[in-house]
Amino acid sequence: MRKYTPKDNVQGKAYYTDRYHVVPSVPTFDVATDEVFAKQLATLESKVAVKSAKIMLGQMIVEINAEENFKALETLKNECGYAMLSEMSAVDYLAKDGNFEVFYQMLNLKEVKRMRLVCRVTKGQAVESVVPLYKSANFAEREMFDMFGIVANNHPFMKRILMPDDWEGHPLLKTYPLHGDEFASWYEVDKIFGKDAREAIGPENRDQAQVERYDTKRFSRVGYEVPFGADISEGETETPIEYSKTLLVDYTKNSGKQMDKRK
Amino acid sequence: MAQHQVNYASAGGLPVALTTVDHLVNWGRSNSLWPLTYGLACCAIEMMASGASRYDFDRMGTIFRASPRQADVMILAGTLSKKHAEFARRLYDQMTEPKWVISMGSCANTGGMFNTYATVQGVDRIVPVDIYLPGCAPRPETLQYALMMLQKKIRRESANMKNNTKSNLRLI
Repeated sequence: MRKYTPKDNVQGKAYYTDRYHVVPSVPTFDVATDEVFAKQLATLESKVAVKSAKIMLGQMIVEINAEENFKALETLKNECGYAMLSEMSAVDYLAKDGNFEVFYQMLNLKEVKRMRLVCRVTKGQAVESVVPLYKSANFAEREMFDMFGIVANNHPFMKRILMPDDWEGHPLLKTYPLHGDEFASWYEVDKIFGKDAREAIGPENRDQAQVERYDTKRFSRVGYEVPFGADISEGETETPIEYSKTLLVDYTKNSGKQMDKRK
Repeated sequence: MAQHQVNYASAGGLPVALTTVDHLVNWGRSNSLWPLTYGLACCAIEMMASGASRYDFDRMGTIFRASPRQADVMILAGTLSKKHAEFARRLYDQMTEPKWVISMGSCANTGGMFNTYATVQGVDRIVPVDIYLPGCAPRPETLQYALMMLQKKIRRESANMKNNTKSNLRLI
Protein backbone atom coordinates (compact mmCIF):
# COMPACT_ATOMS: atom_id res chain seq x y z
CA MET A 1 0.00 0.00 0.00
CA ARG A 2 1.09 3.53 -0.69
CA LYS A 3 2.38 5.48 2.28
CA TYR A 4 -0.19 7.90 3.67
CA THR A 5 0.72 11.55 3.52
CA PRO A 6 -1.53 14.31 4.88
CA LYS A 7 -3.42 15.93 2.04
CA ASP A 8 -4.44 19.18 3.71
CA ASN A 9 -2.74 22.27 2.37
CA VAL A 10 -0.78 20.40 -0.26
CA GLN A 11 -0.65 23.45 -2.49
CA GLY A 12 1.13 25.58 0.08
CA LYS A 13 4.03 23.16 0.28
CA ALA A 14 6.76 22.16 -2.11
CA TYR A 15 5.95 19.18 -4.29
CA TYR A 16 9.04 17.23 -3.26
CA THR A 17 10.29 17.15 0.29
CA ASP A 18 12.17 13.91 -0.13
CA ARG A 19 15.81 14.79 0.47
CA TYR A 20 16.93 12.12 -1.98
CA HIS A 21 14.55 13.26 -4.68
CA VAL A 22 16.24 14.14 -7.92
CA VAL A 23 14.30 16.37 -10.30
CA PRO A 24 13.97 14.43 -13.55
CA SER A 25 15.91 16.01 -16.35
CA VAL A 26 15.99 15.41 -20.06
CA PRO A 27 19.10 13.46 -20.99
CA THR A 28 21.64 15.45 -22.97
CA PHE A 29 23.95 13.94 -25.58
CA ASP A 30 27.05 15.14 -27.31
CA VAL A 31 26.60 16.31 -30.91
CA ALA A 32 29.29 13.86 -32.01
CA THR A 33 26.89 10.98 -31.30
CA ASP A 34 24.86 11.87 -34.41
CA GLU A 35 26.88 12.12 -37.57
CA VAL A 36 24.34 14.21 -39.52
CA PHE A 37 24.16 16.78 -36.73
CA ALA A 38 27.95 16.71 -36.29
CA LYS A 39 28.44 17.50 -39.96
CA GLN A 40 25.90 20.33 -39.84
CA LEU A 41 27.48 21.75 -36.70
CA ALA A 42 30.92 21.73 -38.34
CA THR A 43 29.48 23.69 -41.27
CA LEU A 44 27.88 26.15 -38.88
CA GLU A 45 31.05 26.56 -36.81
CA SER A 46 32.99 27.52 -39.90
CA LYS A 47 30.71 30.55 -40.37
CA VAL A 48 29.66 31.77 -36.92
CA ALA A 49 30.83 31.48 -33.34
CA VAL A 50 28.99 28.66 -31.60
CA LYS A 51 28.70 29.09 -27.86
CA SER A 52 27.34 25.66 -27.06
CA ALA A 53 25.78 22.69 -28.82
CA LYS A 54 24.01 19.58 -27.57
CA ILE A 55 21.36 17.02 -28.49
CA MET A 56 18.18 16.76 -26.44
CA LEU A 57 15.12 14.67 -27.38
CA GLY A 58 16.68 13.94 -30.75
CA GLN A 59 17.08 17.60 -31.64
CA MET A 60 20.26 19.59 -31.89
CA ILE A 61 20.25 22.77 -29.80
CA VAL A 62 22.86 25.33 -30.79
CA GLU A 63 23.47 28.59 -29.00
CA ILE A 64 25.04 31.49 -30.84
CA ASN A 65 25.51 35.22 -30.38
CA ALA A 66 22.40 37.26 -31.14
CA GLU A 67 24.31 39.49 -33.59
CA GLU A 68 25.00 36.54 -35.89
CA ASN A 69 21.48 35.13 -36.09
CA PHE A 70 20.96 36.05 -39.74
CA LYS A 71 24.29 34.61 -40.84
CA ALA A 72 23.68 31.41 -38.88
CA LEU A 73 20.21 30.90 -40.33
CA GLU A 74 21.51 31.64 -43.83
CA THR A 75 24.11 28.91 -43.39
CA LEU A 76 21.57 26.48 -41.99
CA LYS A 77 19.15 27.13 -44.82
CA ASN A 78 21.56 27.09 -47.75
CA GLU A 79 24.19 24.60 -46.62
CA CYS A 80 22.57 22.35 -44.01
CA GLY A 81 19.20 21.81 -45.67
CA TYR A 82 16.95 23.41 -43.05
CA ALA A 83 14.35 24.63 -45.50
CA MET A 84 11.64 25.35 -42.98
CA LEU A 85 11.38 27.62 -39.97
CA SER A 86 8.56 25.93 -38.06
CA GLU A 87 8.47 28.39 -35.20
CA MET A 88 10.27 31.30 -33.67
CA SER A 89 9.62 33.37 -30.61
CA ALA A 90 11.24 34.25 -27.32
CA VAL A 91 11.25 33.11 -23.69
CA ASP A 92 11.28 35.57 -20.81
CA TYR A 93 14.20 34.81 -18.46
CA LEU A 94 14.43 38.39 -17.19
CA ALA A 95 13.85 37.41 -13.58
CA LYS A 96 16.34 34.55 -13.78
CA ASP A 97 19.32 36.06 -15.56
CA GLY A 98 18.16 39.38 -16.97
CA ASN A 99 17.66 38.52 -20.64
CA PHE A 100 15.42 36.89 -23.20
CA GLU A 101 16.08 33.70 -25.13
CA VAL A 102 15.12 34.05 -28.79
CA PHE A 103 14.72 30.66 -30.43
CA TYR A 104 14.37 29.50 -34.02
CA GLN A 105 12.90 26.03 -34.44
CA MET A 106 14.07 24.56 -37.76
CA LEU A 107 13.08 21.54 -39.82
CA ASN A 108 15.16 19.72 -42.40
CA LEU A 109 12.69 17.89 -44.62
CA LYS A 110 15.26 15.88 -46.62
CA GLU A 111 17.21 14.37 -43.75
CA VAL A 112 14.24 14.49 -41.34
CA LYS A 113 16.09 16.45 -38.69
CA ARG A 114 14.96 19.15 -36.35
CA MET A 115 17.17 21.66 -34.60
CA ARG A 116 16.80 24.76 -32.48
CA LEU A 117 18.97 27.81 -32.78
CA VAL A 118 18.91 29.91 -29.63
CA CYS A 119 20.45 33.24 -28.73
CA ARG A 120 20.24 35.53 -25.74
CA VAL A 121 19.25 39.19 -25.98
CA THR A 122 19.13 41.72 -23.19
CA LYS A 123 16.13 43.93 -22.56
CA GLY A 124 15.88 46.59 -25.26
CA GLN A 125 18.23 44.79 -27.62
CA ALA A 126 16.97 44.09 -31.14
CA VAL A 127 17.63 41.09 -33.36
CA GLU A 128 18.04 41.08 -37.11
CA SER A 129 14.92 40.06 -39.02
CA VAL A 130 15.11 36.76 -40.90
CA VAL A 131 12.15 37.47 -43.17
CA PRO A 132 14.40 37.53 -46.30
CA LEU A 133 15.26 33.90 -45.53
CA TYR A 134 11.99 32.54 -44.19
CA LYS A 135 8.59 34.03 -44.99
CA SER A 136 7.09 32.40 -41.91
CA ALA A 137 9.22 34.69 -39.75
CA ASN A 138 7.14 37.67 -40.82
CA PHE A 139 4.19 37.06 -38.51
CA ALA A 140 6.33 35.26 -35.92
CA GLU A 141 8.62 38.25 -35.44
CA ARG A 142 5.65 40.57 -35.19
CA GLU A 143 4.19 38.33 -32.53
CA MET A 144 7.52 38.30 -30.69
CA PHE A 145 7.51 42.08 -30.75
CA ASP A 146 3.88 42.21 -29.63
CA MET A 147 4.26 39.78 -26.76
CA PHE A 148 7.80 40.58 -25.52
CA GLY A 149 8.79 43.92 -27.04
CA ILE A 150 11.80 42.51 -28.87
CA VAL A 151 12.18 44.43 -32.12
CA ALA A 152 13.34 42.71 -35.31
CA ASN A 153 15.49 45.12 -37.34
CA ASN A 154 14.74 45.53 -41.06
CA HIS A 155 11.40 43.78 -40.74
CA PRO A 156 9.07 44.79 -43.61
CA PHE A 157 6.11 45.65 -41.34
CA MET A 158 7.10 45.87 -37.71
CA LYS A 159 3.89 46.43 -35.78
CA ARG A 160 1.72 44.58 -33.30
CA ILE A 161 -0.11 41.55 -34.62
CA LEU A 162 -2.42 40.33 -31.84
CA MET A 163 -3.00 43.26 -29.52
CA PRO A 164 -4.45 46.59 -30.73
CA ASP A 165 -1.96 49.10 -32.12
CA ASP A 166 -2.48 51.51 -29.25
CA TRP A 167 -1.96 48.87 -26.58
CA GLU A 168 0.52 49.52 -23.82
CA GLY A 169 2.71 46.75 -22.47
CA HIS A 170 3.77 43.35 -23.72
CA PRO A 171 1.47 40.67 -22.30
CA LEU A 172 3.71 37.60 -22.38
CA LEU A 173 6.29 39.12 -20.08
CA LYS A 174 6.38 37.35 -16.75
CA THR A 175 5.85 40.68 -15.01
CA TYR A 176 2.59 41.36 -16.87
CA PRO A 177 -0.44 40.58 -14.64
CA LEU A 178 -2.87 37.97 -15.97
CA HIS A 179 -5.87 40.21 -15.36
CA GLY A 180 -4.11 43.13 -17.03
CA ASP A 181 -2.69 46.35 -15.69
CA GLU A 182 -4.70 49.52 -15.24
CA PHE A 183 -4.42 50.45 -18.90
CA ALA A 184 -5.75 47.05 -19.95
CA SER A 185 -8.65 47.02 -17.51
CA TRP A 186 -9.98 50.36 -18.80
CA TYR A 187 -8.98 49.90 -22.43
CA GLU A 188 -12.41 49.47 -24.03
CA VAL A 189 -14.05 52.08 -21.81
CA ASP A 190 -11.38 54.68 -22.53
CA LYS A 191 -11.44 53.96 -26.22
CA ILE A 192 -15.21 53.99 -26.75
CA PHE A 193 -16.54 56.45 -24.19
CA GLY A 194 -13.46 58.32 -22.98
CA LYS A 195 -11.91 58.44 -19.54
CA ASP A 196 -14.82 60.44 -18.13
CA ALA A 197 -17.04 57.36 -18.38
CA ARG A 198 -14.87 55.33 -16.02
CA GLU A 199 -16.81 56.39 -12.97
CA ALA A 200 -20.22 55.62 -14.47
CA ILE A 201 -19.24 52.20 -15.82
CA GLY A 202 -17.13 51.11 -12.88
CA PRO A 203 -14.25 48.69 -12.58
CA GLU A 204 -14.29 45.20 -14.03
CA ASN A 205 -15.76 42.45 -11.90
CA ARG A 206 -13.10 39.76 -11.79
CA ASP A 207 -14.78 37.68 -9.07
CA GLN A 208 -16.48 34.79 -10.83
CA ALA A 209 -18.48 33.74 -7.77
CA GLN A 210 -19.64 37.14 -6.59
CA VAL A 211 -23.04 37.23 -4.89
CA GLU A 212 -24.46 40.54 -3.79
CA ARG A 213 -26.18 40.02 -0.47
CA TYR A 214 -28.86 42.70 -0.72
CA ASP A 215 -29.45 42.63 -4.49
CA THR A 216 -32.92 41.14 -4.89
CA LYS A 217 -33.05 41.77 -8.63
CA ARG A 218 -30.24 39.58 -9.86
CA PHE A 219 -29.73 37.03 -7.09
CA SER A 220 -32.10 34.51 -5.57
CA ARG A 221 -32.03 33.11 -2.06
CA VAL A 222 -33.39 29.60 -1.72
CA GLY A 223 -35.55 29.42 1.38
CA TYR A 224 -35.42 33.18 1.78
CA GLU A 225 -37.41 34.26 -1.27
CA VAL A 226 -38.55 37.85 -1.38
CA PRO A 227 -40.38 39.80 -4.06
CA PHE A 228 -38.33 41.12 -6.99
CA GLY A 229 -36.60 44.33 -6.08
CA ALA A 230 -37.61 44.23 -2.42
CA ASP A 231 -35.48 46.09 0.07
CA ILE A 232 -34.00 43.54 2.48
CA SER A 233 -31.37 45.71 4.08
CA GLU A 234 -33.42 45.56 7.30
CA GLY A 235 -33.42 41.79 7.29
CA GLU A 236 -35.57 39.18 5.64
CA THR A 237 -38.02 36.52 6.75
CA GLU A 238 -37.53 32.87 6.13
CA THR A 239 -39.98 31.39 3.65
CA PRO A 240 -40.82 27.75 4.38
CA ILE A 241 -40.43 25.54 1.33
CA GLU A 242 -43.82 24.30 0.15
CA TYR A 243 -43.93 20.92 -1.50
CA SER A 244 -46.55 19.88 -3.97
CA LYS A 245 -49.58 18.29 -2.34
CA THR A 246 -50.53 16.27 -5.39
CA LEU A 247 -47.27 14.72 -6.46
CA LEU A 248 -45.66 13.82 -3.17
CA VAL A 249 -47.05 10.96 -1.11
CA ASP A 250 -46.94 11.39 2.62
CA TYR A 251 -45.30 8.23 3.90
CA THR A 252 -45.46 9.37 7.49
CA LYS A 253 -49.15 8.39 7.56
CA ASN A 254 -49.87 4.85 8.72
CA SER A 255 -46.22 4.41 9.49
CA GLY A 256 -47.07 2.27 12.48
CA LYS A 257 -49.13 -0.12 10.39
CA GLN A 258 -48.16 -3.73 10.79
CA MET A 259 -47.51 -5.16 7.35
CA ASP A 260 -47.07 -8.77 8.31
CA LYS A 261 -50.08 -9.93 10.25
CA ARG A 262 -48.37 -13.06 11.53
CA LYS A 263 -46.12 -11.05 13.88
CA MET B 1 -75.04 23.54 -39.04
CA ALA B 2 -74.40 26.87 -37.55
CA GLN B 3 -75.18 29.85 -39.61
CA HIS B 4 -72.25 32.20 -39.84
CA GLN B 5 -74.22 35.15 -40.75
CA VAL B 6 -72.86 38.34 -39.30
CA ASN B 7 -74.95 41.34 -39.01
CA TYR B 8 -72.52 44.06 -38.14
CA ALA B 9 -75.19 46.52 -37.26
CA SER B 10 -76.84 44.22 -34.72
CA ALA B 11 -74.15 41.78 -33.54
CA GLY B 12 -71.61 43.92 -31.80
CA GLY B 13 -70.96 46.70 -34.20
CA LEU B 14 -68.67 47.43 -37.10
CA PRO B 15 -65.60 45.29 -38.08
CA VAL B 16 -63.31 47.43 -36.00
CA ALA B 17 -60.72 46.25 -33.53
CA LEU B 18 -59.82 48.71 -30.88
CA THR B 19 -56.33 48.84 -29.44
CA THR B 20 -53.74 51.27 -28.25
CA VAL B 21 -50.95 52.68 -30.33
CA ASP B 22 -48.48 51.00 -28.01
CA HIS B 23 -50.00 47.58 -28.62
CA LEU B 24 -50.17 48.05 -32.35
CA VAL B 25 -46.63 49.29 -32.72
CA ASN B 26 -45.21 46.71 -30.35
CA TRP B 27 -47.11 43.96 -32.10
CA GLY B 28 -45.29 44.89 -35.27
CA ARG B 29 -41.94 45.35 -33.63
CA SER B 30 -41.98 42.19 -31.60
CA ASN B 31 -43.01 39.97 -34.48
CA SER B 32 -40.37 41.15 -36.89
CA LEU B 33 -37.23 41.20 -34.82
CA TRP B 34 -34.39 41.28 -37.27
CA PRO B 35 -31.05 40.44 -35.70
CA LEU B 36 -27.74 41.49 -37.10
CA THR B 37 -25.70 38.72 -38.74
CA TYR B 38 -22.86 39.09 -36.32
CA GLY B 39 -21.02 36.26 -34.60
CA LEU B 40 -18.04 36.48 -32.31
CA ALA B 41 -17.13 32.94 -31.29
CA CYS B 42 -18.55 29.44 -30.81
CA CYS B 43 -21.93 30.77 -29.60
CA ALA B 44 -22.34 32.06 -33.14
CA ILE B 45 -22.40 28.43 -34.32
CA GLU B 46 -25.46 27.86 -32.17
CA MET B 47 -26.91 31.11 -33.45
CA MET B 48 -26.42 29.89 -37.01
CA ALA B 49 -28.09 26.60 -36.10
CA SER B 50 -31.03 28.58 -34.72
CA GLY B 51 -31.33 30.38 -38.01
CA ALA B 52 -31.11 27.24 -40.11
CA SER B 53 -33.96 24.99 -41.12
CA ARG B 54 -34.05 22.61 -38.15
CA TYR B 55 -34.76 25.26 -35.54
CA ASP B 56 -36.06 27.78 -38.03
CA PHE B 57 -35.96 31.29 -36.66
CA ASP B 58 -37.87 32.58 -39.67
CA ARG B 59 -41.15 31.21 -38.38
CA MET B 60 -40.93 33.74 -35.54
CA GLY B 61 -40.36 36.58 -37.95
CA THR B 62 -36.70 36.62 -37.04
CA ILE B 63 -34.61 37.08 -40.15
CA PHE B 64 -30.90 37.76 -39.91
CA ARG B 65 -29.96 40.93 -41.72
CA ALA B 66 -26.53 41.60 -43.15
CA SER B 67 -26.57 45.30 -42.45
CA PRO B 68 -26.84 47.09 -39.10
CA ARG B 69 -29.06 49.67 -40.80
CA GLN B 70 -31.75 47.04 -41.30
CA ALA B 71 -31.33 45.23 -38.00
CA ASP B 72 -32.95 45.98 -34.68
CA VAL B 73 -31.56 43.23 -32.46
CA MET B 74 -27.90 42.69 -31.82
CA ILE B 75 -27.06 39.19 -30.60
CA LEU B 76 -23.60 39.35 -29.10
CA ALA B 77 -22.74 35.69 -29.50
CA GLY B 78 -19.37 34.84 -28.04
CA THR B 79 -16.21 36.17 -26.45
CA LEU B 80 -15.72 39.86 -27.01
CA SER B 81 -12.04 40.77 -27.02
CA LYS B 82 -10.92 44.23 -26.01
CA LYS B 83 -9.50 44.81 -29.45
CA HIS B 84 -12.89 44.13 -31.00
CA ALA B 85 -15.03 46.01 -28.45
CA GLU B 86 -14.69 49.25 -30.39
CA PHE B 87 -16.12 47.66 -33.54
CA ALA B 88 -18.97 45.94 -31.74
CA ARG B 89 -19.96 49.29 -30.28
CA ARG B 90 -19.70 50.91 -33.73
CA LEU B 91 -22.07 48.32 -35.18
CA TYR B 92 -24.45 48.96 -32.33
CA ASP B 93 -24.30 52.69 -32.99
CA GLN B 94 -25.04 52.11 -36.66
CA MET B 95 -28.29 50.28 -35.91
CA THR B 96 -31.41 52.38 -36.12
CA GLU B 97 -33.66 52.97 -33.13
CA PRO B 98 -35.42 51.15 -31.59
CA LYS B 99 -32.77 48.52 -30.93
CA TRP B 100 -32.26 45.74 -28.45
CA VAL B 101 -29.30 43.63 -27.38
CA ILE B 102 -29.14 39.97 -26.42
CA SER B 103 -25.97 38.95 -24.63
CA MET B 104 -25.58 35.29 -25.58
CA GLY B 105 -23.48 32.90 -23.52
CA SER B 106 -21.22 33.12 -20.50
CA CYS B 107 -18.42 34.96 -22.27
CA ALA B 108 -20.65 37.77 -23.44
CA ASN B 109 -22.39 37.97 -20.06
CA THR B 110 -19.36 38.13 -17.77
CA GLY B 111 -16.25 37.29 -19.72
CA GLY B 112 -16.84 33.64 -18.83
CA MET B 113 -13.77 31.52 -18.41
CA PHE B 114 -11.62 34.15 -20.13
CA ASN B 115 -10.67 35.98 -16.97
CA THR B 116 -7.74 37.59 -18.74
CA TYR B 117 -6.36 40.97 -19.77
CA ALA B 118 -7.63 40.74 -23.36
CA THR B 119 -11.33 39.94 -22.86
CA VAL B 120 -14.15 42.37 -22.13
CA GLN B 121 -15.63 41.27 -18.78
CA GLY B 122 -19.26 41.41 -19.87
CA VAL B 123 -20.58 43.19 -22.93
CA ASP B 124 -22.74 45.40 -20.72
CA ARG B 125 -19.60 47.45 -20.27
CA ILE B 126 -19.96 48.72 -23.82
CA VAL B 127 -23.63 48.28 -24.89
CA PRO B 128 -26.91 48.27 -22.90
CA VAL B 129 -28.11 44.67 -22.67
CA ASP B 130 -31.78 43.64 -22.61
CA ILE B 131 -31.54 39.88 -22.20
CA TYR B 132 -28.70 37.94 -20.62
CA LEU B 133 -28.76 34.40 -21.96
CA PRO B 134 -26.74 31.95 -19.86
CA GLY B 135 -25.04 28.85 -21.20
CA CYS B 136 -21.78 27.71 -22.68
CA ALA B 137 -22.85 27.57 -25.37
CA PRO B 138 -26.65 28.03 -25.12
CA ARG B 139 -28.55 25.61 -27.31
CA PRO B 140 -30.70 26.95 -30.16
CA GLU B 141 -33.86 26.37 -28.13
CA THR B 142 -32.42 28.61 -25.44
CA LEU B 143 -31.73 31.36 -27.91
CA GLN B 144 -35.27 31.03 -29.21
CA TYR B 145 -36.56 31.28 -25.66
CA ALA B 146 -34.44 34.39 -25.11
CA LEU B 147 -35.90 35.89 -28.24
CA MET B 148 -39.41 35.09 -27.04
CA MET B 149 -38.61 36.75 -23.72
CA LEU B 150 -37.40 39.77 -25.65
CA GLN B 151 -40.66 39.80 -27.60
CA LYS B 152 -42.53 39.68 -24.32
CA LYS B 153 -40.47 42.55 -23.01
CA ILE B 154 -41.08 44.63 -26.11
CA ARG B 155 -44.84 44.07 -25.88
CA ARG B 156 -44.83 45.44 -22.36
CA GLU B 157 -42.75 48.45 -23.24
CA SER B 158 -44.01 51.82 -24.32
CA ALA B 159 -43.87 52.31 -28.07
CA ASN B 160 -42.12 55.57 -27.43
CA MET B 161 -38.67 54.38 -26.48
CA LYS B 162 -37.99 57.57 -24.55
CA ASN B 163 -40.49 56.47 -21.92
CA ASN B 164 -38.68 53.21 -21.31
CA THR B 165 -36.37 54.40 -18.63
CA LYS B 166 -34.88 52.02 -16.14
CA SER B 167 -37.36 52.91 -13.42
CA ASN B 168 -40.31 52.65 -15.80
CA LEU B 169 -39.63 49.11 -16.97
CA ARG B 170 -42.25 46.62 -15.97
CA LEU B 171 -41.47 43.06 -15.01
CA ILE B 172 -41.67 40.32 -17.57
